[in-house]
Amino acid sequence: MRLITVAGPPSVGKTSVIVKTAKILVERGARPGVVKFDSLSTSDDVVFRRAGLQVAVGLAGGVCPDHFFVSNIDDCVQWADRAGLDMLIAESAGLCNRCSPHIRGVAAVCVVDALSGVHTPRKIGPMLKLADVVVITKADIVSQAEREVFAHHAHLANPKAALLFFNGVTGQGAAELAHHLAAAPRIAALEGERLRFPMPSAVCPYCIGETAIGRAHQRGNVRKMTFEDTAL
Amino acid sequence: MTDFESCLGCAESDGAAAHAAPDRLATREPPPHRPVPAVVSLTVVPGKGKAGERERETLHVEAGEVVCVVGPTGSGKSRLLGDIECLAQGDSPSGRRVLVNGEAPKPEWRFAAHQKLVAQVSQNMNFVVDLSVAEFIAMHAECRQVADPRRIAREVIACANDLAGETFGGGVSLTQLSGGQTRALMIADTALVSASPIVLIDEIENAGIDRKRALALLVAREKIVVISTHDPILALMGGRRAVVRHGAVAAILATSAEERTHLARLQEIDQAMLDLRQRLRTGERVGALPPILSGTKPWTR
Repeated sequence: MRLITVAGPPSVGKTSVIVKTAKILVERGARPGVVKFDSLSTSDDVVFRRAGLQVAVGLAGGVCPDHFFVSNIDDCVQWADRAGLDMLIAESAGLCNRCSPHIRGVAAVCVVDALSGVHTPRKIGPMLKLADVVVITKADIVSQAEREVFAHHAHLANPKAALLFFNGVTGQGAAELAHHLAAAPRIAALEGERLRFPMPSAVCPYCIGETAIGRAHQRGNVRKMTFEDTAL
Repeated sequence: MTDFESCLGCAESDGAAAHAAPDRLATREPPPHRPVPAVVSLTVVPGKGKAGERERETLHVEAGEVVCVVGPTGSGKSRLLGDIECLAQGDSPSGRRVLVNGEAPKPEWRFAAHQKLVAQVSQNMNFVVDLSVAEFIAMHAECRQVADPRRIAREVIACANDLAGETFGGGVSLTQLSGGQTRALMIADTALVSASPIVLIDEIENAGIDRKRALALLVAREKIVVISTHDPILALMGGRRAVVRHGAVAAILATSAEERTHLARLQEIDQAMLDLRQRLRTGERVGALPPILSGTKPWTR
């Protein structure tokens, strides 16, 4: 089984990237499936099914999406195995830029869109900085100069990653991404493997449903902001 | 800053860290300089047309040549330029492959901004970035590893003002520029910042900019220049022209000696039209037309 984690901010075009790339992988004889992680709801499973792909859906609900992901990903691999797939693409939205589902020894893709502005690549944390492949979508919509600056900033944020442009409408770039995915390492199970980066952590009253605002409720693992006028 | 924090990225906004390194991009070591390879030839290996039929013609261009691309709107001129821009390897809708010096280009030539082989003046002039003109051009120059980004930004702006009608300063926001100003800026940027051996021009419209001077700026010696156009003057300026039909290159014609002799006259007419436009713009009245437009000047030279 080859597992690939695909992460990226909402609405960058992750689903289109996966559908277009999976089509090429299928043409080349692979049997890819998808697990879609989202927070509250998704209709992307319909899109994947229409594309002829087997899909599982995981909705985090009230739980941190990253924690939900890591608690379930090994079960997803086992499901894919039972379903007769030889590749599982795990799609998850990086809802807070702090999210990073990437796992050691597992191919990691980060999708960003060129419309998000040239400063975005350095604002995105480990999701982009620890990816093996950075996919830039919607690059055809901006001028060549802005596209170049964006790609350069992505390269500076993660110099080791392969960088590629992907047109989610025409599918340009899909062949190249398929090439990367087909070379993803094989895994049997994730038991005992490690995340590339720790998950956002918090154990505080808000984690278990507190909604009241005030110092009295800020107990446990609380991180406070510092301001210039109070720093001393 | 620890590894953990630097990877987190958001540590930048944490008070003290933000003061210590206000711009981490600027303070980071630039990638090692790898010069752009010399390009002696560009070959577009046929793909397929819009209906899936095989493309017949191979387009082969050598350094120092200007080749035009002509065809009705929607015929696939921009697609051809797009394939060259991304150095397509059978992964674009046309299925074309682009060879540089007879070989498939290395992946880093396709994606690394500082050693990009292709500079393009495209029809797409959109910006989403909220920066001043000078800031953005300097940022682009930094990507292209130009020695003095601020100086080159000033030169680009001066050059753009030279091409466009209404002048603008470096402090104005990119998104506030008019269509003509943006076009002039991108032409100057392509000519002065992007020192790529292959230049693609997707239609220089007459509106708002001095086309002849723009071309003179872009078409430098020893470069490969591909111009997509509907304009007879531009089309005849190329040594050859590729005719695109239904998404495929249908024919490649060399500009004939007869066609070349028409060029001078067409340019004269064009200049007269430009002069007329300039007079109308500045509020003048049009009196007698110049001989070349009034028909009093004989057609033969």
